[in-house]
Amino acid sequence: MTSTEHATPLWEVFIRPRNGLHHRHVGSLHAADSALALQAARDVYTRRGEGNSIWVVRSSEIAASDPSFAEPMFEPADDKIYRHPTFYDIPDEVGHM
Amino acid sequence: MATAQARAAPAGDDAAFRALLEIADDCLILGHRLSEWCGHAPSLEEDLALANMGLDLLGQARALYAHLGEIEGKGRSEDDLAFLRRERDYVNCLLVERKNGDFAVTMARQLYFAAFMQPFWRAVAATSTDAALAGIAAKAEKEMAYHLRHAGEWVIRLGDGTEESAARMQAAVDELHRYTGEMFLASPARARAIADGLLPDAGSLRPEWERTIATVFAEADLTAPEVRSAQKGGRDGIHGEDMGHLLAELQFMQRAYPGQAW
Amino acid sequence: MYSQGLIGADSSTTESEEFLALFQARIDREEKIEPNDPMPEGYRRTLVRQIGQHAHSEIVGMLPEGNWITRAPSLRRKIALLAKVQDEGGHGLYLYSAAETLGVSREQMTAELLSGKAKYSSIFNYPTLTWADIGAIGWLVDGAAIMNQIPLCRCSYGPYARAMIRVCKEESFHQRQGYEIMMALARGSDEQKEMAQDALNRWWWPSLMMFGPHDSESAHGEQSMAWKIKRFSNDELRQKFITATVPQAEFIGLTVPDPELKWNEETKLYDHGEIDWAEFKAVVSGNGMMNRDRIRDRTKAHDDGAWVREAALAHAAKRAARQPIPQEAAE
Repeated sequence: MTSTEHATPLWEVFIRPRNGLHHRHVGSLHAADSALALQAARDVYTRRGEGNSIWVVRSSEIAASDPSFAEPMFEPADDKIYRHPTFYDIPDEVGHM
Repeated sequence: MATAQARAAPAGDDAAFRALLEIADDCLILGHRLSEWCGHAPSLEEDLALANMGLDLLGQARALYAHLGEIEGKGRSEDDLAFLRRERDYVNCLLVERKNGDFAVTMARQLYFAAFMQPFWRAVAATSTDAALAGIAAKAEKEMAYHLRHAGEWVIRLGDGTEESAARMQAAVDELHRYTGEMFLASPARARAIADGLLPDAGSLRPEWERTIATVFAEADLTAPEVRSAQKGGRDGIHGEDMGHLLAELQFMQRAYPGQAW
Repeated sequence: MYSQGLIGADSSTTESEEFLALFQARIDREEKIEPNDPMPEGYRRTLVRQIGQHAHSEIVGMLPEGNWITRAPSLRRKIALLAKVQDEGGHGLYLYSAAETLGVSREQMTAELLSGKAKYSSIFNYPTLTWADIGAIGWLVDGAAIMNQIPLCRCSYGPYARAMIRVCKEESFHQRQGYEIMMALARGSDEQKEMAQDALNRWWWPSLMMFGPHDSESAHGEQSMAWKIKRFSNDELRQKFITATVPQAEFIGLTVPDPELKWNEETKLYDHGEIDWAEFKAVVSGNGMMNRDRIRDRTKAHDDGAWVREAALAHAAKRAARQPIPQEAAE
């Protein structure tokens, strides 16, 4: 029965809890198009007042970094301590800087 | 019903009660119908959507019955009003009691009802002399605006989807269109409530409703059928035969175990 | 609402010892595993099966309670029940989504449910006979589910853990809803009390069965514990449930239908009678009273909805053809 059925596309849902905050990934759902996906996101993910804005993105449109390349991607940033304020010595008398 | 013999009581309140009861019953019966979908919808996403809309309508019914209990002043609770009347005393319009049918029938019913109720609640909120009712209306208007959007999107997709969906959607519209006229009629109580400024004249909202339906149908490639004889009767307590079965379920516990707290 | 964990799961793996050791080390450090991370095939398979069973349980679980939505005795109860059953549908949806991150589609999982290949919690194969059953399900079945689900919020697989956090947050009202119904009945007329006791009598043992077979009989428990897909054993959770629930029954004057139930001062746990495992096996293998009806109803909903899903896809395709630039690009 389902082998003959076309799969309804998967969408990722992002919700902004309130103005001033980022949209945040909350889950996914199935919908045929973006308008239905937005409606479904409202009905599935905002039933308890979780937000005031929704983004939906087709899951297949998301480009993701490769976990097997995670070390070259992210570890080099770990030891660049000169990017952080505590790397620099400033006398206390100067006050907050 | 309560016009001639109730001269002693303020006639305005009787009319108000009866006129608002029509709206409360519309909300209850349609909410009940939508709740029948729970667990059986075409997709999980729509299962949640239909339940949301059922909850909106049942919430509106509760608010209205509670308000009606106050207007009546005889100590009847929301549940007394919702569950403990005879079929002849339910005054919902016929449209809302029509069976769910397939998803096309349910969406047509939703579209027809919401396209009327959204402007209706908007007018109540703006003009009603009853502040509590205006408060209920302001909230309900937003809910019905969403129902309208939701149903409109689906009617468009089903009307302009596959051959099968187009046929089903047109059949749903053909079946239900005859029941829509009743929403715009004014029972004697309703006419009094309109004259008193409690409710807006539903008839005056018809052009807006026609435009909304025409816009959706144009995009959905649907044709509104010619209605030769519009069906009515619900406002007088004359219902289709399915209504008795709906009430048998709705009232089952209250009838089987009278006078108990749940 | 509940996964009857790992009925017939196959967690065998063929990866190298080194790979498995590195993976286990990540788990032991409480690192979460995310969808595209390398993982043993057995881990993936076990998760797909467990999350799938859990999702199916939520969806099939809508049916016994849905049976009473149109007959709820008051508007307040009707609204609460509709919202609750709707939540179960939402939970099924979150869980299917979590399973989909492992490369299995909702369509595949649905096909497995409807063909009888995939299992779901046996509790939903019992009929709801009276309004009190709605109270008993909320109180006992959701209570048992919560016992099981709270530890799953710390499951090693990120998407499953995140779905469970959302589920647990939303379910916080479910058990209260059920207990409140039971409380109203237990404090009501003789007829209502009798209805409540009858419901407790029928739902107590099936609720205990929800935790699955004894640890000694549970074939794949150990591997799942090591992988932190499961964080407590079946018997531990069952015991925890009994300890929490018995005083709740006593508080409203209902009697737990187990003559051997006795507080053990030494272990600080209840000793209890043995579960009828023959019944459990019969229901799990499809011979409960409602098994066939549940699958029939789900199949009907699925089949009746096919033309709707097809229509939405066809419309989307037509629109895309009419309007080559997607509207999202303009936003």
